Formats: sequence, structure tokens, C-alpha cells
Amino acid sequence: MIGDFNAHIPHGPIDRKWTNHKDHARLVNPNNRRKFEIIVVGSGLAGGSAAATLGELGYRVKCFCYQDSPRRAHSIAAQGGINAAKNYQNDGDSVYRLFYDTIKGGDFRSREANVYRLAEVSANIIDQCVAQGVPFAREYSGYLANRSFGGAQVSRTFYARGQTGQQLLLGCYSALCRQIDAGTVQMFPQTEMLDVVIVDGHAKGIVTRDLRTGKIDNHAADAVVLATGGYGNVFYLSTNARGCNVTATYRAYKKGALFANPCFTQIHPTCIPHSGDYQSKLTLMSESLRNDGRVWVPKRKEGCAKPPNEIPESGRDYYLERKYPSYGNLAPRDISSRAAKEVCDEGRGVGPGGRGVYLDFADAIKRLGEQTIRERYGNLFEVYEKITGENAYEVPMRIYPAVHYTMGGLWVDYNLMSNLPGLFVIGEANFSDHGANRLGASALMQGLADGYFVLPYTLPNYLAGQVGKRPPNDHAEFKRAERDVRTKIDNLLKINGNRSLDSIHRELGLLLWDKCGMARNKDGLEETLGKIPELRERFWREVRVPGDGEDFNQSLERAGRVADFLEFAELMCIDALTRDESCGAHFREEHQTPEGEALRDDENFAAVFAWEFQGNGQIATPKSHREPLHFETVHLAQRSYK
Amino acid sequence: MNFKLRVWRQKDRQSPGKLVDYDAPDIPPQASLLEMLDIVNERLLLRGEEPIAFDSDCREGICGTCSLTVNGEAHGPDHPGAACELYMRKFRDGETIAIEPFRVKSFPIVKDLVVDRSALDRIVQAGGFISARAGSAPEANSIPVPKHAADVAMEAAACIGCGACAAACPNASAMLFTAAKVSHLALLPQGEPERTKRVINMVRAMDAEGFGNCTNTYECEAVCPAEISASFIAKLNREYSRASLKRSAGE
Repeated sequence: MIGDFNAHIPHGPIDRKWTNHKDHARLVNPNNRRKFEIIVVGSGLAGGSAAATLGELGYRVKCFCYQDSPRRAHSIAAQGGINAAKNYQNDGDSVYRLFYDTIKGGDFRSREANVYRLAEVSANIIDQCVAQGVPFAREYSGYLANRSFGGAQVSRTFYARGQTGQQLLLGCYSALCRQIDAGTVQMFPQTEMLDVVIVDGHAKGIVTRDLRTGKIDNHAADAVVLATGGYGNVFYLSTNARGCNVTATYRAYKKGALFANPCFTQIHPTCIPHSGDYQSKLTLMSESLRNDGRVWVPKRKEGCAKPPNEIPESGRDYYLERKYPSYGNLAPRDISSRAAKEVCDEGRGVGPGGRGVYLDFADAIKRLGEQTIRERYGNLFEVYEKITGENAYEVPMRIYPAVHYTMGGLWVDYNLMSNLPGLFVIGEANFSDHGANRLGASALMQGLADGYFVLPYTLPNYLAGQVGKRPPNDHAEFKRAERDVRTKIDNLLKINGNRSLDSIHRELGLLLWDKCGMARNKDGLEETLGKIPELRERFWREVRVPGDGEDFNQSLERAGRVADFLEFAELMCIDALTRDESCGAHFREEHQTPEGEALRDDENFAAVFAWEFQGNGQIATPKSHREPLHFETVHLAQRSYK
Repeated sequence: MNFKLRVWRQKDRQSPGKLVDYDAPDIPPQASLLEMLDIVNERLLLRGEEPIAFDSDCREGICGTCSLTVNGEAHGPDHPGAACELYMRKFRDGETIAIEPFRVKSFPIVKDLVVDRSALDRIVQAGGFISARAGSAPEANSIPVPKHAADVAMEAAACIGCGACAAACPNASAMLFTAAKVSHLALLPQGEPERTKRVINMVRAMDAEGFGNCTNTYECEAVCPAEISASFIAKLNREYSRASLKRSAGE
């Protein structure tokens, strides 16, 4: 029983689909809107903008986040920018081109109709953010400025210094605050969703835990929106915030929501290299640095130990410029990351452990002056200095790829509704727009598109048929879900072993990074699938979760999330094993072109893999479903950035 | 490296707290202060003691979650930067490091080093926004903003909402926080229509939360991880006077 597994893509030419769909979607009249309660889980760009906008429309919204304030959601850490097809630079941009770049960037593994809509509403997002007072960078004329990003040959990225995510999130947080003040949105900070409640096949509420007091609560609603971000922390080390987790989406999956393409994980090419076991997270250096920085390693292994300034031009291999002359240092993320891994595997990596490449600003400083570089990237150079103690104006930065974003997520149809009616999934938490690889500056675009401009049309279309169907929150299904949540918490507290959560999580992360990271193969994945259940067993036997459930207990919070990661990791590897082709960030070593690029198999794998949880509480092999991808507008092509 | 720690432990809001001494041997110099606390917590756990509760999330200085007073300074000695951006190599080997929560009456302690800063959210809810409904926005370039105004607005908007300004202030004032938001929006043409109402309501909310007033000690500016200038407080005062005059003139 998988509910409604149909993408519901509207008919008509691609540039009319969204307009036609909006014209025919069902509406809820203003007087009836306050009769509907909507739950939004997550307060980042997707959840925050959705909650604020639904509140503005007159629905009664409850918004939940695990952070102590909605302003701290991890969207805040995005640095570089947000794409929009404004064509302010007069350099040939258009909705079609943004659409095409995104489809191609995703290696033809996303849905045409969704991506076209994203490109279509991108321009409205910039309008909306400017109206809210987001201080985007401007030119002396007073008009908006743009920069370039990877995977595009036009300048379409809007930015606010190196803090674009922060400024966009604060814009949407301010809209949310306005609705909280107006009483349409009730905010529940430091409250974690621990289960979704399904009544007669429809998502009608959630079970939460107040992280400060430990109190478990039930919340009934007419619809549930998950905007809970990605699962990059399954790798333990990633650029995600410490609290980012898969729990909300994974527990929805266990309740019957399909999980799509979980193996599509983005490894970002420009992060500060890993430096030791104590490390709790990796720090991203914005992709925008690749506008002016040149990536290189020594041509010969013997040069790696020398200080970079002593290596002459003739001894340097600017490998991205060499291999991809037309995109050069702005080659897309998956390609740049793999290229870095390749040169390090050849023994030409730099820095401790040989896991790093140089990102060099010497030429840009010579050409533009240090002042200009300082204006463009000053804060990033400061971050780099704080972490590494090195001055990147004088010596090149050392960078290495790190887990950053997850393209996979819960399966949704064109309306952003999962196969479970009433359960909507937006932002990074869904799978819908980025295919097998996301282009830089497109995550912010998608989060805000979903929250400001898509959900406000597609959610009423569902609600219109749901008048009076909200169950009471003491319905048997709520009681059952609450009991399950309590049992799980008790079980975690009962383990009483002698290992820390971090040590097991780190072990899982290393395993996945090795076998299900930048490159994967059949043997490695099978081996990992053998090891994950063992590790999970050890978790349930050996960890120690101190304290109790009736209190502010950070170990308990983390324990629940790590337990879910240990189950989810298996799903990710099964997906990676089943997708017997290479595409975008999913690089199966068995399938590559003679030049070592990802080799797709469109005949067999031009499809979304959507996984259905099997097993009654226990974990069994999930059931796979396929949504074939139809390309009516673009031609499938070997992706080339040469 | 080896350190001695004096850490504030407090069971909950009602219970009395105290400083407890811990040894922190064998800490890698490249570890951040928070990673040092992770290591200490792992050792406490294995000894059967309760780990130290402290807040953090992004661990790269932008989310504003971490809220530690280190050796008496909000976010510690390495300004500008949040506590998560403080690295152990900045301390002397063998040094004693005191770690306490942000101390502000309006930020009650939740547990150990964790405080409740929802008072800051309520100040923003009182008016820290431009009422632009989704769908109503005009074409972005139809509102030109002089580059200088946009740049100064950005400087104010960079506030990460951590509350260090209030923690460092002898009067526990949140004026730098409030000033940053009021200035950011007052400097932009989009913020003009609600300019008067905004500043009055935000200042009123700030006072109602029990924050003190500014007496120009500039401790806030010194500890601000986002380097917000105290001159924005002057801007806030001007905005407030202007708004009060307009109100009293019946505008």
C-alpha cells in the first residue's frame, strides 16, 4: 500500500504547465482558511517561508524547529548566493537556460516539469526578498549586482557578501515573526518531531518532544509539511550543522512515505581539509571563490612537500583548466570534487595526509589588487585564517571535498505532496529538483520557491477536499504513535553500555565516506551492507545514553538521530547498489567514459528510485518503485563541460 | 595541550549552580573550544558522569547558537568571532579556562551553559520586519538602493542574534541587537513606510523584556562576532527620537 504514486505532472507545453495548473487548482475561500490547521516542521528557507506565507493567507499554522530560534536553521550557513533568471547582465540568460542548466547539471535525473517551474518562479523570489529588505549586493547605480557560479556560463547569482543564506533566512524569519505577532503562526522552538501520524491513509498530525522539558505532545492538523533539510550528517563529518538529521524524513518513510534517490549526495569541492579525529564538522569555503581562485596541485608527487610558493608555474597542474577548458575552475561540483580526489589518489595531494589541493588567489591579486579580493571574499579569508592559522592572501588555500547537500529525499509529486496524501515535503528534504547533482546557488532558490510560491498554490488544492476531516489528537493513531515514541526513548536510555554516540557515528561516517562517498563500486557497497547491521547491533548494545527523558538531555536527542542514521545508511547503500550506472554525484566506478567521466545508462536508469519501507518495525529489504523520467523538452546528452 | 577547566554546572533554571573543576589533558591545538568540550564530555560519559550541556549548531560562526562566556568574556578572548570559532592554540598550555553561560537577567539558564534567548525573538516579533506579503513585490530593480545605503544596511544586517552584546554589557542592554535590526531596515527605502512604528514597538518590547539601557561602555561592540558598530546605537537613538517627535506631533 503506497498511497498515490503518480507524479501528477500537468498536461500542456512545458512553459504553460505551471500557469495551467494554478488556473485549475482548487482554492479555499478566505473565511474557511482559518478553519484549517497546518503543521510545518522546520524553519529554514523552505519551512520558514512556507509557514509565513500560509499564515499570511489566513491558515492557522504551527511551526516547529529543533533550534532555540527559527532564525538559526541551517539555511543560514549558505554563503555564495541564489540563482534567478533575471538576465540583468544582458548575457543571454532566460528561464529556459536556467532550466536547461539545472537539468543538465543534475545529469538528467530530475523531472523536467518541476525544474521548469523552479526556473520560472526564480525571478519572483528576488523581487520578494528585495521587498522584505534583504540587502543584496548592488552596483553604484543602485541596481542589483550578480556573480557567476559553477555549471553556468551566465552571471545569474544574487548575493549578500558571503552571507547570502543568512540574509535570505533573516528575511524569511522576519516574515515569520510578523505572522507570529499577528497570531496566525504559533512557533514551537526546541521541539523535535519524532513521528508523523497517519489516519485513514492521510497525514494528520505529528508527535513531538519538547527538548527543554522532555514533554511528549501530539498535534493534530489538516496537513503536515516537512521542511527538515538533508541527511548529510549520516557521514558524521559534513558541512551541515551539528543538529541536522534524517529523523523527520526517515520516520515518515517508516510510516509509508517513499524515499527517493537516497544515494544522491553532493560532495562539495571547496571545503577546508579534515585535520584530525577530534573534528566535529567540516567548513565550507564558498564556491564563489572559484570565480577568482585557481585550483592546482604539483605536477609531480615529489613537489607535494615543498611550500607552494617554491613550485614554479611549469611545475603546477591547473587540472580543472586543463581538463575542462570552457568551464575551467567553474566546473560543476561533482566533477570538480572527483577531479580533486583523482589527483590526490595519484599521490599529488598537498597538506597533511595528502588530502588537499590548492586554491590560489595570487593571479587574481596581481590582476585586481588585494583590496578587491578583500572586498569580494574578505570574510571567507578570515574564516580560513581562524581555522587553519594561514593567511590566504600570501599562501594558497588548501581545500578538499566534503559532504554538503543531499539531492535525494522524500518522494513528492508535482504538488510537492508525498505518496501519503496530506504529507507535503519541501526544500532539501524532498528529492525533486536537482537530479543527481545540484548546481551552486540553487538550494536557496529551491527552498524559497517551494515555500513562497509553490506550496501556497498546491496545499489549498489538497485542503479543499478535507473540510472537517481533522481528527482529534486523542485518536487511537496518535496514542499508538506516542506510545512508540516513548518506547523508543526508553529503549535508548536502557542500553547503558560504555561507548559514546560520537564514536559509533564516526565509525559509520568513515565507512560511508570510503564506500558510498565520491566513488562507489559493487563490492564496496556489498561489503558495507554487511557491516551496517553489525554496527547497528553494536549501537543498541554498547552505547551509553546518560540522564533521563524528562529533562533537557542533549545525549538523548543525539541518540535518536544516530539510531535513525544507522538505519538510513543501509537504504542509501541499497539505492547506490541498485543504481547500476554513474550519474552526477553518483559515480559507480564500473561505469565511466574513457576520460573517467560519469557514464549514464539512460535506457535502464532514466528513472527515480522510490523506496518503500518493509517490515513491521524491524528492518527488511525495502521495496523499490520506479518513476520513469520523460524528457520532452531537452535531449538527453552526455554531459560535457570541456 | 593540557588545560584546567572551571565550568558552570546548573541542573535547571530553579536549582543553584556552581563552578566545577575539570582536567582537560591531551587536547589537540587545532581543536576548537567546542571540540575540546566534546572531548571532555566523551570522557565524562565514559566515567559515568553527566556531560556538560552547551549549545552549538553550525560551528562556523553564523547561526549564533553558541553562547559561552570564556574567561569572563562573551565568546572568549579571540574577537571578533563566536565561541565556536575559538581555537585551543590561542590559549597557553596549562592555562585554566573558566567557561560560563551568557549572564543576562533576560536570558534564564536552561541547564549548565545553555540559556533561553527567546527574548530576542520577541523583540523582532514586535516590529523587526517589512510587511511585504508574498506575491505583492514589485520588480526588484524598480527599487534602486544607493550602494552606500545597501552596504551600511548589510553591515547592520550581519547580526547573528547570539546575544553576546547583552552578555558583555554591564547594564545587560540589548541595544546593539535592536539597533542593528532597526538600522538595517531604516536605511533601506523599502523600510520607510513602517519606520516610525517599528522603532517604537521594538524599543518597547526590548524594555518589557527587562534589558537595560546603553551607557556607552562599548563592551557590546568589542565582543560582537559580526563586528556590528556601536554607532548603530546612536542611529537607534536618532530613529527613536525622530519617531517620538513624529508621534507627539500627531503624524
